[in-house]
Formats: sequence, structure tokens, C-alpha cells
Amino acid sequence: MKVKNEMKLQLKSRSVNEGYARMAVSAFACELDPNVEELNDIKTAVSEAVTNCIVHAYNNELGTIYITVKLLENSTVEIKIRDRGCGIEDVKQAMTPLFTTLGGDRSGLGFSVMESFSDSLKVTSKKGKGTTVTIVKRIKGKASF
Amino acid sequence: MKANAEVTIKTEKKTVTAVLSGEIDHHSAPPIRQAIDEAVIVFEPEELVLDFGLVSFMDSSGIGLVMGRYRLLEDMKCKLSVINLSSHAFKVMKLAGLDKIANLTKGGDSYEGKK
Ligand SMILES: Nc1ncnc2c1ncn2[C@@H]1O[C@H](COP(=O)(O)OP(=O)(O)O)[C@@H](O)[C@H]1O
Ligand SMILES: [Mg+2]
Repeated sequence: MKVKNEMKLQLKSRSVNEGYARMAVSAFACELDPNVEELNDIKTAVSEAVTNCIVHAYNNELGTIYITVKLLENSTVEIKIRDRGCGIEDVKQAMTPLFTTLGGDRSGLGFSVMESFSDSLKVTSKKGKGTTVTIVKRIKGKASF
Repeated sequence: MKANAEVTIKTEKKTVTAVLSGEIDHHSAPPIRQAIDEAVIVFEPEELVLDFGLVSFMDSSGIGLVMGRYRLLEDMKCKLSVINLSSHAFKVMKLAGLDKIANLTKGGDSYEGKK
């Protein structure tokens, strides 16, 4: 599918950037004229993926988060969020609802949220190298009301 | 850096109400959690109400916030209610099955109208 527009964004893994990342990505996706619900879905999925880079991949040390957003001709947004952090040993297990390697108030539902708020979610990871999360969402826009 | 969310605690008789506002994420949740827990521990209420009416965004950190408070209240015989949820926040909490542990209610015209 042809790419209509593309944005690359690089952020330090500081928690304050969770808000900036979801705002920038959702603002960029506005060219596809999403409705409020779709915009919230995008923001939420991005927030989950970026938070995971900060708390898990870089374990609260400073690293870089790489975000690529592509707007495709068929009214689809593809968001890639990549880190060069610790990686995930068992991706399938990590994606199981409620699975978390951190206690406290982590719910273990980040991947579940990303999955249910998008049309497809792909996670590739290599232990010690990093993780790439690809979120694809079809934008139906105001027409879906 | 100022967090992008805030909480105001109100107490009345045996109820503690926490009015949350702004964007709830991993960055903004910790001070909110702390303020709520302090109020609950000091007042030992019979009901904790989390008012989400002014919350403009929430990710799974909001789930963690509600689940964590539920665990704290479990040993205290205290009821948990979550009110004025936007349809987005409701959707996120429903996904987590929070409707099984707390009283969830949506708000009339939540933040969608105000944006
Ligand atoms: N970018 C990442 N790098 C390393 N580990 C990750 C990453 N994203 C997720 N994980 C692992 O997957 C688990 C599940 O993630 P998630 O569903 O978002 O739940 P939570 O963040 O609440 O733990 C995490 O606890 C962590 O072990
Ligand atoms: Mg997570």
C-alpha cells in the first residue's frame, strides 16, 4: 500500500514523553479524519507502547524511543514503536493478559489494550537487543457514526 | 515537571471522594495514588468514590489505579465506586473486567463534549 505521509519521532525514555508521544502521533493521524473514538484508541495504544519502553525496556534508565508513523492510501495508520532496551524473552507470554514482570500498579494489560484498540498488533523482540511494536489501525472516521 | 493530572480529595461523613482531572498515565498516576491512599488510611471511609468526570485521557495506568485501590480497600470493608466515566475510560476499564470489582458508572456528557 502506498504511503501518503510519514513522520519519524525520536524521544528520550522519560515518562513526561508519554503524553507528548501520544499527542504527536494522534495529531499526525488527523489527516485521515478519525472520529473521537479512533483518536482515543490511537492515543491509548501509543501510550501503552511508549510506557513499556520506559518502564520495561530501559528499566527507568535513559534510552531512546523511535517512533515511525505512516499514513497509508487506504486510510490506515501504521505506528512502529521501537526501543533498544532489554528485549522480551518470551513474547507470547508477555502478551498474555495480566502477565507482568513488574508488581505495584502495573496491570499487565498493556498489550491487551493495544490489541483490542487496534486492527493488528505485531511484536518482535530480541533479548538484549530491543523490541519493536507495530500497531495498525484502519480509520473509518466520521462515516462510522 | 508538573504532572498533567491532578486529584482533589473531599470527605463527607463516611465517604472519601477523589476527583481526578487531566490525563492519567504512568507519568501522572503515582502522586494521585499516594494522595488517595493517604486519605483512605486517615479517614477509614465506608466508601471510596473515584470521580473520573474531568479525566480527558486514560491508559492501562488507570486500570492499575483502580485495581490497586481495590486491593487496599479489600481488608477495610470499604466499598469502591468509579463514577462519571467517559465512554473511552469505561471501555478501558470494562476490558480489564473492573466492572466485577467496582461499581462503574458513565458520565452524562463526558469530556468528548468539551473537547
Ligand atoms: N518494550 C519492552 N521491552 C521489554 N519488555 C517489555 C516491553 N514491553 C512489554 N514488556 C514485557 O511484557 C510484559 C507485559 O507488558 P504489558 O502488557 O504492557 O503489561 P505491564 O506493562 O502492565 O507489565 C511486561 O511486564 C514486560 O515484562
Ligand atoms: Mg505496559
